[in-house]
Amino acid sequence: MSDKASTGISRRELLMMIGAMAGSATSYNAMASMGLVEESRFNGPPKLDGDPKGASVLILGAGIAGMVAAMELRNAGYKVKVLEYNSRAGGRNWSIRGGDVYTELGGATQHCEFDKGLYINPGPWRLPYNHHGILDYARRLGVRVEPFQQLNFNAYVHSTQAFGGKPQRYREIQTDYLGHVSELLSKVTQQGKLNEMVSKEDEASLLDSLRRIGALDRRYRYVPGRESSNRRGFQKPPGGGLDARPIYSKDLTGLSEILKSGLWRSIGAGWSTEFQSTIFEPVGGMGKIGEAFGRELADLIEYERKVVKVHQNRKGVEVTYVDPKTDGNPRTVTADYCLCTIPLSVLSQIDLNINPKMQAAINAVPYAAAIKIGLQFKRRFWEQDEHIYGGISYTDLPIGSIGYPNTDYFQPGKGVLLGGYMFGPNAMKFTAMPPEERVKKAVEYGAQIHAQYPQEFDNGVAVGWHRVPWTLGCFGTWTDELRAQHYDDLCQIDHRFLVAGEHASYIPGWQEGAVTSAIDAITRLHHKVINA
Amino acid sequence: MNKMKMQGVVAAVLLSTSAVAMAAEPDAAEGKKVYTTICQGCHMPDAKGAVGAGRYPALANNPKLAAKQYPMMMIVNGSRAMPSFARMLAPDEIAAAVNYVRTHFGNHYPDVLTTAEVKAVLPQKSDYERH
Ligand SMILES: Cc1cc2nc3c(=O)[nH]c(=O)nc-3n(C[C@H](O)[C@H](O)[C@H](O)COP(=O)(O)OP(=O)(O)OC[C@H]3O[C@@H](n4cnc5c(N)ncnc54)[C@H](O)[C@@H]3O)c2cc1C
Repeated sequence: MSDKASTGISRRELLMMIGAMAGSATSYNAMASMGLVEESRFNGPPKLDGDPKGASVLILGAGIAGMVAAMELRNAGYKVKVLEYNSRAGGRNWSIRGGDVYTELGGATQHCEFDKGLYINPGPWRLPYNHHGILDYARRLGVRVEPFQQLNFNAYVHSTQAFGGKPQRYREIQTDYLGHVSELLSKVTQQGKLNEMVSKEDEASLLDSLRRIGALDRRYRYVPGRESSNRRGFQKPPGGGLDARPIYSKDLTGLSEILKSGLWRSIGAGWSTEFQSTIFEPVGGMGKIGEAFGRELADLIEYERKVVKVHQNRKGVEVTYVDPKTDGNPRTVTADYCLCTIPLSVLSQIDLNINPKMQAAINAVPYAAAIKIGLQFKRRFWEQDEHIYGGISYTDLPIGSIGYPNTDYFQPGKGVLLGGYMFGPNAMKFTAMPPEERVKKAVEYGAQIHAQYPQEFDNGVAVGWHRVPWTLGCFGTWTDELRAQHYDDLCQIDHRFLVAGEHASYIPGWQEGAVTSAIDAITRLHHKVINA
Repeated sequence: MNKMKMQGVVAAVLLSTSAVAMAAEPDAAEGKKVYTTICQGCHMPDAKGAVGAGRYPALANNPKLAAKQYPMMMIVNGSRAMPSFARMLAPDEIAAAVNYVRTHFGNHYPDVLTTAEVKAVLPQKSDYERH
């Protein structure tokens, strides 16, 4: 399709002219009306021009939001210090690797026994291509990325209530569903039943498109044959030599059976913009981003500082912290401003002197339950036996899904799966179990999808996010009503105090929300400082 | 207090409340189930809560549980980071959980929260949900 408007100039050229004349905000709106806007508002690192004249900013929390803010403010000439509860950088950006020790709330301690190089990402694991902000920081910090397989046609979709509990390949369910629906629609089209909705002229194109999209034969039927087998797979695939003749697959699933199975639900699971190919993961674990930030900001971050109080006065901000191990040894530091990225679940318990509306906003947002379970197996049987290379299988079992590693394909030795990824009630139930039992249950359930599980299981770790000591939950669950009531109050600058983080964004539960929120917060803060 | 005396006290308490306990028995089982499969995820199996960067309050020996409406409203509405369970739990489950924590973990509040009392405070379903 041509990008040229009738005037002969391209849309992009036109936009550049509008942008040059009227500034970038106008250009953005013009782009929006012309359908060229990307999903993230990230527009390159912030341009913090002007001299902050030695102003100091205390940043609370060394997650993605805190570290983006620290890096940019430092680069703009601010005096920056970051206080972090943990003894590592990254916050929810985190990988658990062999040898790591993790103690959850309540005291249960897990020692990860994965082999060298193997890991699980208990929090974030994928980077949409249109999350330009987090990808740009990864690039600037030298973190290498590789494709994350969201959709694997050879992975399974599974229902305990259908097909005798036997997992089905995604490609078969998808092909059969589209085939049947296309055949149905072709029939009504040919019978002239769409007369009023589709013009005669469009009818031929509609039929042609249905034949292609549905893998129908020349008579618009979804039947065993070359077309359907090319999509869903052959009973005996074509080969070479004497025994080469293919046999088409004959066991097409009937429409009624697919509809009843509910497995069609997983067909669109990977179609939203966040999941459309190509999306990415850092090589070696999501935690690589936080670790790289930590190295970059090594002289700014102070670890093992549990912030318990933030008070501001006319002259500055006083922050009190204690030793996380003892809750003792309180110390106070001061700065001109404070940017707080502590999750609201924790921040709502910290002693603040801020305006009541902002405090109400901080208190208003509940945190979601989520759990991830990493399982190490003695061999990569999903690849060796079942030819599943990366991607995700979906199931109606409590584990929700099984995620296969998107890296190190065909390697000998052990491999680590995401053996369960749950939200809502199932996540709460699993969080309520001791870690060993979460792992045990994940192995039991998973065995219904991969019979190799009991034989090949080695060891595992399980992170229930409501037990994570420094977030008390997975992410802030805003509703439209809560946002209408509180969101703007949360994001205001209150004299010398403001917040940033995933919770101060419209991209909840994504690192891009933390990045864009941090950039917006420091840009506004900088304006205030420069004009003070 | 010596051991014999202690056992005597326990026996007396058991005897005096056995009628109530029997009537409430199915409720107690239900309450225990809700507590051990959901509540203890945060409030912990011993109901003593936990402390990290933030904290989960203890329900054990908690005088705030004296008024049954307090834990009921916490569960129905949520509080700060704690989500509302109004949609996830049925009214009888909420009542059972409240009755369970108010009679366990060092709490001894004999008055019972009824399912009807929970129903009365549950939020109306939104138009969207009725579809
Ligand atoms: C299960 C799960 C899956 C996810 N999947 C994805 C995904 O695939 N892709 C994606 O992009 N995002 C994903 N996310 C979301 C992503 O992890 C977050 O949006 C992002 O990491 C939040 O960054 P933040 O800086 O706002 O907060 P955090 O990373 O939580 O940083 C806050 C920091 O504050 C510190 N802190 C807390 N309390 C105190 C205190 N009292 N004193 C001092 N410091 C304190 C914490 O230790 C932490 O380091 C997922 C999250 C979860 C939980």
